[in-house]
Amino acid sequence: MPYLGGKEAVRELRRALSNPNIQSDPLRYRNVVLKVIRAMSQGVDVSELFSEMVKACATVDVVQKKLVYVFLCCYAHLNPELSLLVVNTLRKDCLDPNPMVRSLALRSMTNLRLPSLVEYVEQPLTAGLRDRAACVRRVAVLGWAKLHSLQPGSEIDASVVNELYSLLRDPDPVVMVNCLRALEEILKEEGGVVINKPITHHLLNRLKECDIWGQSEVLRVLQRYRPQSEDELFDILSLLDSSLVSPHPPIMAATLSLFLSLCSSLPAVSQAALERVRGPLLAACGSGSREMRFAALCHIQLLLRSIPGLLGEHYKRFFCSYAEPAFIKRRKMQVLVELVNDENVVMILDELKGYCTDVNDDTAQAAISAIGRIGRSYSDKSLEILTGLLGLKQDQITSAVVQTIRDLVWVCPQCSDTVSSALEGCEEVLQDCQGKQALLWLLGMYGERVSSAPYTLEVYIDGVRSETSLEMKMELLTSTMRLFLCRPAETQDMLGRLLHYCIEEEGDMCVRGQALLYYRLLHCGIEETRNVLQGQRSDPSMGVLIGRPAEPISQWVSSFNTLEPLKYCSVETEPASRGSPEHLASVLKPNTDLPDNLDCGQLQMVHSGSDSAGDRLNCSAGLMSPGAEPCVTLSLSPAVSPEEFERLWMQRHALHSGQEPADEDDNCLWTEETIRCTAVPHCSPQNLHAAMQLVNIQTIAFSPSHSLPWKVFLYTHTLRADTSSSTLILGELLYTGEAHQQCSADREVEVEVKEQMDATADGEKEIKVTLLQQPRDVSTLRAFLSVLTTVIHTLSSEMA
Amino acid sequence: MMRISQLFILSSKGDHLIYKDYRGEAGSDVVNVFYEKVTALTGDQPPVVMSHRDLHFVHVRQGGLYWVATTTEDSSPFAIIEFLNRLSALVRDYCGSLSEKAVQMNFALIYELLDEVLDYGYIQTTSSDVLKNFIQTEAVSSRPFSLFDLSNVGLFGAETQQSKVAPSSAATRPIQSSRDQGGKSEIFVDVIERMSVVIGSNGVLLKADVEGEIRVKCYMPSCSEVRMGLNEELSVGRSQLRGYGAAVRLHECSFHQAVQLDDFHSHRILRLCPSQGEQTVMQYQLSDDLPSAPPFRLFPTIERDSAGRLLMYMKLRCDLPPKSAAVSVSASIPVPRGSVSLSQELSSPDQNAELILQNRAVVWRIPRFSGGTQLSALFKVEVPGLSSASLLEVGPVGLSFELPKLTATGLQVRFLRLSPVQPGPAQRWVRYVTHSDSYIIRV
Repeated sequence: MPYLGGKEAVRELRRALSNPNIQSDPLRYRNVVLKVIRAMSQGVDVSELFSEMVKACATVDVVQKKLVYVFLCCYAHLNPELSLLVVNTLRKDCLDPNPMVRSLALRSMTNLRLPSLVEYVEQPLTAGLRDRAACVRRVAVLGWAKLHSLQPGSEIDASVVNELYSLLRDPDPVVMVNCLRALEEILKEEGGVVINKPITHHLLNRLKECDIWGQSEVLRVLQRYRPQSEDELFDILSLLDSSLVSPHPPIMAATLSLFLSLCSSLPAVSQAALERVRGPLLAACGSGSREMRFAALCHIQLLLRSIPGLLGEHYKRFFCSYAEPAFIKRRKMQVLVELVNDENVVMILDELKGYCTDVNDDTAQAAISAIGRIGRSYSDKSLEILTGLLGLKQDQITSAVVQTIRDLVWVCPQCSDTVSSALEGCEEVLQDCQGKQALLWLLGMYGERVSSAPYTLEVYIDGVRSETSLEMKMELLTSTMRLFLCRPAETQDMLGRLLHYCIEEEGDMCVRGQALLYYRLLHCGIEETRNVLQGQRSDPSMGVLIGRPAEPISQWVSSFNTLEPLKYCSVETEPASRGSPEHLASVLKPNTDLPDNLDCGQLQMVHSGSDSAGDRLNCSAGLMSPGAEPCVTLSLSPAVSPEEFERLWMQRHALHSGQEPADEDDNCLWTEETIRCTAVPHCSPQNLHAAMQLVNIQTIAFSPSHSLPWKVFLYTHTLRADTSSSTLILGELLYTGEAHQQCSADREVEVEVKEQMDATADGEKEIKVTLLQQPRDVSTLRAFLSVLTTVIHTLSSEMA
Repeated sequence: MMRISQLFILSSKGDHLIYKDYRGEAGSDVVNVFYEKVTALTGDQPPVVMSHRDLHFVHVRQGGLYWVATTTEDSSPFAIIEFLNRLSALVRDYCGSLSEKAVQMNFALIYELLDEVLDYGYIQTTSSDVLKNFIQTEAVSSRPFSLFDLSNVGLFGAETQQSKVAPSSAATRPIQSSRDQGGKSEIFVDVIERMSVVIGSNGVLLKADVEGEIRVKCYMPSCSEVRMGLNEELSVGRSQLRGYGAAVRLHECSFHQAVQLDDFHSHRILRLCPSQGEQTVMQYQLSDDLPSAPPFRLFPTIERDSAGRLLMYMKLRCDLPPKSAAVSVSASIPVPRGSVSLSQELSSPDQNAELILQNRAVVWRIPRFSGGTQLSALFKVEVPGLSSASLLEVGPVGLSFELPKLTATGLQVRFLRLSPVQPGPAQRWVRYVTHSDSYIIRV
């Protein structure tokens, strides 16, 4: 922003600069030059003073020289001709006995950025590479890179490149690092500086001489190196081990990055490196600099994607301190959600509860939605807090809570009872559109259990004329229709009014179209309407029971130690505003490349061909000999929703746990089996899911890998070719691991845990399989079991 | 390779203080682009990383200023942030303090620094030992150094100078001004700890972490070796072995590269040759553990009186040793939304309390709070339509304070020796202070 009267000030300066009295007094001269620079940095255009400043650089006063060079480098491109005058002074300075003057001249010469000056610069640069003083060599090396960028198309002088390579052995570490930087730029077309074995080992040996900036550059360049043998690899790793726990975050991060790229094929080593880096990363999270804290938090989120349990016991380090800015608090809460486990859930929820009334609305909302996320695994405790917050009767909190509850119910339908009783009275508090929409959705879905639902809707319907939001009207239509299906008597009249308004008076085509659709749908009969409107009540692609599946490190390693993780919410990008969950939640992905029914005969072949797995299967399959198995196909349709699954499972489970194991139930079969395998296939849940889908078994929920007890719930339909009778099979796989592990009482699905030996004598693991078949058909169950066994064996042999 | 394309310093109001283009990859108009992005966002701080076309802005805030680096490459955020922090520390060392005024007055010096620190966007050095050979400009001190400028935080000397107190501003002078002060050489050692504590509503200590560091600020013209002795009975690590008596425990600690640790394991002595200016010699942490009782306890009673006002009776107890005291204590008590006014009864006139509507909190300030004493206060807050549920909004109380002459871990500097002995009178100062990073008491 130029001063008022900037022109006048410039004229004044010019007069002073050309005043011979001032020129003869070094101190006054320097002060005038200082004023010029001050004006320049304040944004005044002082380019007119160029010729006067060129004269001012012929001085013995180093401070003045430096100041003039700052000026010249800034305006040289506007005055290429006058700049030629400077070059002579600069070239003379390059021969000055004082190394500081030499380096200053060389640096300024290359900073002028004038292609026309290249020919004058080359000679001093060449001399600079061999200068006695390291500070001159540092400047000269980078000077070649600057020169190269001035003439992008020009040919690269091989002798210079060779000289730069040889300067990698310069005694000054900064010269060495600058050589790497310069070569990297000059040889960009050829893929950068060559990183071969001798260079790598040379760089590694001199690593400790560099300061932290040099070290992180060297470590970054070394990522391109591929060791030739495993021995060499481990030598390098052990050399770098101390850098991995460096107190300087740049070194720690660069070393970890290098470790991960060197060990991409050694997951165990990568894992160990991540664990080793835990301490320094946590320290960076407590750093005095907020920005450093933030960077560390964002990178911790990356690490947690692969090792969810990495920091579980350190959850307190992620409690927000009260003066922290909102952007750090938000990240900390995201991390806290990831760290929840049975031991710390109470503490974490307690802490989050304190943030819900934060004066910063963003923080409060983030805390509420964090509680909702935790609710997916610990619904009772979370819902207690969320419903408690509704008691505050504050619009913003209530809105955030209702939205969170909607998202939670969509994933955990078992909460619906608690939720429906909490919804009463919310409508009086809610002010914003998103909160109201969420409430409407909930009333539509669970209206039969909320006694006041019709009256709430009626208030909204009466106010529909003044409603401006399109989304609200759409949501209102759908909710009223849904409520009409379960409470027709109370709702009929208001539905009529709403449809009438929307069709006759509403100006928006979307709303009108929707209303017409519903109107015609009602003409088709109530059953038809019900089929259309009462579809999914919960997320059909329900995946993980607790936490998220662990991703392979390769998924995020390329963005580690880059700006990427700081830019976006890398984990859980939940948009602030969204419509009904069924529109956005991941749609059930149809496996188009798989046939709906898969004959398991082929699989049988595979399995009988495989080694000892077959024998084991026969043992567990008991009575049946493989040959006698009927031809059975498995199929995924009709789909069983998670709540349906849960209902059937709990019903049976209650029956069986109450009495003696009763197989004699008329039309059901409840059985427990054990599958032995060499390694528990708690590989990545995606793999398991995909493998099961391949044979048409649907996994409906599973715990994350490496958690104990590890569980999978699954179902399938069997179809016998000979009798064309079909059965539904629900199943649970359970691996308890150590005997002292107990199933936590607050899981949604409680299953009695039989204590088992972890491993049998020959190192085999036992997985308990509990199956429920409806109607009973022992032979198809056996066939199913054999398929399941094969899948598990295949997976476990891959693991081992 | 990490390369910085441009570097600029902006005041909080967006004035251009310093602008330097290293690579000519983007014009100077990006400064305004940055500031527009900053002002367009609400919230207490814009994102650390922002992008404009293919240019990335990374910034830190230090001394109320924006320190911004732009880069076209995807560089290491850790390195850029650490560098910007280091740069601001260098500027503080050279200018004596860090403020808009100091930067404005010393712009020539800062340009000189920027020229030496970075070349073509690559970091050359940030060591003040190296830089002192190149930097020629003298700093202009924005605040004249005066012995009478005493502040409430005293600086106590090492054991040889028990009676002498130096003003806190003594440590805020430019490092190079020592030249004209007739070679007056001084060294300051600060042991600074930050405490973060959460106390549950039942008085149980839920979280107690201490992060500490030893900072050395050196104004000695010639480099000499410093030997610093820490508590002899200092244990590092998480081992379960616990001696009796007043052992000092640290869970993790790390040292500056230049520190020689030969005598550390046997005698707990650190040896180093400090560079001019400030450096962090040692960083340490103590997690989930406090050697003594937490310094403050709160006993709140919160109710609604017959007139529908919110009544908060707060009893705050300071559990420090009787001779110590906390200064600048401030308790922030969140109050329900819609609070209108406050009337208070405080136990002494030097305290004060006010309702800050913007933060929705009552802030109770106590300038000095001696150990072993207890203060109480009664706050009546007018909240129209106060319901009993609103009482739940009286959230966790946040305390901020400073404990001079105290370390939470008990870490102390036993002695500080310079060798070879300085020709002139070398003054050595050691000061201890514990800050509250976050001290939260749930109610």
